[in-house]
Amino acid sequence: MSETQTQKSVKGNNDTKLVYKTNGLNLWYGENHALKDIQLNVVENEVTAIIGPSGCGKSTYIKTLNRMIELIPGVKVTGEIVYRGRNILDKSYPVEELRTKVGMVFQKPNPFPKSIYENVVYGPRIHGIRDKKILDQIVEKSLRGAAIWDEVKDRLNTNAYGLSGGQQQRLCIARCMAIEPDVILMDEPTSALDPISTLKVEELLQELKKNFSIIIVTHNMQQAARISDKTAFFLNGEVIEFSETDKIFSNPSDKRTEDYITGRFG
Amino acid sequence: MGDENVNHSIQDLISKKFKKKRAGFSFERLVPILLFITALISVLTTIGIVLTLIFETITFFTRVSIVEFLTAKKWFPFSETHGSYGILPLVTGTLKVTGIAILVAVPIGIASAIYLSEYATEKTKKIIKPILEVLAGIPTIVYGYFALTFVTPILRNVMPGLEIFNALSPGIVIGIMIIPMIASLSEDAMSSVPNSIREGALGLGSTKFEVAFKVVLPSALSGIIASIVLAVSRAIGETMIVTVAGGSTPTLTWDVTRSIQTMTAYIVQVSQGDVGYGTTVYYSIYAVGMTLFLFTLIMNFIAQFVSRRFREEY
Repeated sequence: MSETQTQKSVKGNNDTKLVYKTNGLNLWYGENHALKDIQLNVVENEVTAIIGPSGCGKSTYIKTLNRMIELIPGVKVTGEIVYRGRNILDKSYPVEELRTKVGMVFQKPNPFPKSIYENVVYGPRIHGIRDKKILDQIVEKSLRGAAIWDEVKDRLNTNAYGLSGGQQQRLCIARCMAIEPDVILMDEPTSALDPISTLKVEELLQELKKNFSIIIVTHNMQQAARISDKTAFFLNGEVIEFSETDKIFSNPSDKRTEDYITGRFG
Repeated sequence: MGDENVNHSIQDLISKKFKKKRAGFSFERLVPILLFITALISVLTTIGIVLTLIFETITFFTRVSIVEFLTAKKWFPFSETHGSYGILPLVTGTLKVTGIAILVAVPIGIASAIYLSEYATEKTKKIIKPILEVLAGIPTIVYGYFALTFVTPILRNVMPGLEIFNALSPGIVIGIMIIPMIASLSEDAMSSVPNSIREGALGLGSTKFEVAFKVVLPSALSGIIASIVLAVSRAIGETMIVTVAGGSTPTLTWDVTRSIQTMTAYIVQVSQGDVGYGTTVYYSIYAVGMTLFLFTLIMNFIAQFVSRRFREEY
C-alpha cells in the first residue's frame, strides 16, 4: 500500500529526478546542536559526496537519511527529509521499509559471522524470498556487481571473516545490493582499507551509480574529487557550500571551503 | 641549574635502590616458585581424589562384576546376601531430573538472556542482573525444601497421582536454580557480539526481533551452548535438592511422578547411614561416584569442544 503511495507521489512531482530533499533539518544530541538548518537535494543516479573536518556532522547527516540515528539515545530531530515524495522523519513512516530502499555501507566492514553466501542472502531472506534458485541468482548477481565474484565464487560457503578487509567491504556492498535498494549510503567506506582496496571500491562506485543513487561521506578530499558528481562541504553542523564537484574544487565560492580544500585546516 | 640538580639526585636514588636489590635476595625469583606451589596444590588434590576413586572402584569390582553393575535392572545394595548392584536405576533417576531441569532452564534462560542483551535498557539491566545472580547464590538446601514444601504440594493439586517424593518437583527446582547460570553466561556471549553487526542487520531493514534471533543468537551460539553444557553438569551433580525432594527409591522407569533416587542422593544416604567400613555397600559409593565423575567429565569435554569448534571471530 505504501509503495503505491510512494510511486504516486513521485509521478505527481515534477522533479522526478530528486531522490532526497532535505528542508530545514536540525538535530541535537542532548544539548549539542549537531546539524543546523540543513538544505540539501540529492539527484538520482549521481554520486553525492559529503566532506568536512571531524565532528562537522557529516556522519550524523548520512545516518539521518535512513534513520539509523535513532539508535543513539537522546537525539532530537526537527525539519523534514523528503525521500521520493514522503517525509521520512514522520514517525508513521515504517523505518524497516525505508531501510530496504536505502541501503548502507559502514565505516568498518561488518559482515555477519556467517558464510559469504549467507551474508548476501540475509537481506532477501528476511524480506521473504525463500526460493533457492532465486537466492542463488541474487548471490551471483550481487557479488558480480560488487566486483568480488571471481575472488570468492569457489568458497561461497566459507566464513566471511576469512576474507581480507577490502574483500569484506565489497562483500558488505554486495549484501547491500542484494535487496536492490534505490539509494546506497556510504559512511567513509574506505577509511579502514589499504590504498589498493580503496581503488577497487572507488572503481566500483562508478559502476554502481548507473543503478543506484549514492551518497558518500568521506574524509578524503581527493576521493571526493575523483568519484563524485556533487559535493557538499559541512562545517560545524552547517552546509557551507553545495554544488558540482568540479566547481567546489576549482572555484569554491566560500572562503572557508577554499581554506579546507587547500589544506589550511581540517 | 635547579633542574639538573633534581635529575641528578633522582638518578642517584634509583641507582641506590638497584644496588640494594642486587645485594639482597631476589624476591622476583621467589614469586614464580610460590605461585607454582599454590597451583600445584589444586592439581595434586585432583589427582589424589581421582586415584582414590579409581582404587576403591577397583575393589568394588572385585566383589561385584562390572557386567552386573552396568546391566542389572535393580539397585538393592543393603542386603549382604541377595543384594543387586545395577547402576541403571540411579542413572535413570539422575537423567530424569536433569532432563526436566533442562526443559525448564534452557528456554527461560535463553529468553532472559535475549531480553537483557537486546531489549532491556541499561537501567533495567542493572537491576535485573544482580537479582539473577542472587538466585545463583541461594544455598541448595533451601531450594530442596522449596521443592518439597512448596512446589510438590502445588503439583499434587494439579496431578493427584504424584507421589510426595518424585522426579518432577526437584527437576523443576533444579531448572530454576540453573536459569541464572544460562541467562548470565548467554547474555555475556550475546553482549560481546559487536554493535556494528547489529547495525549492519538493521541497515538492511531488519526488525529488532530479526536482529536478535537471526543475527545475534547464531553469532553467540558457541557461548550459549557452552553455558547450557555447564548448567547440565551442574544439574547432574546437584545433590541436596534431590536428596530432600526426590526420595530414596531407585526405580528403572521414565515415569516422573514416582519416587526416585539419583546417584548423588544415594551417596548421601550411604555416607550418613551406619554402613560398616569395608562392606560392599561402602565400596559401592565409590563406583557410583566414579560413574558420576565420568558423566561430568564428558560434559566438560563437550563444553570445551563446542567452544573451540564454534568459536566466532568478529
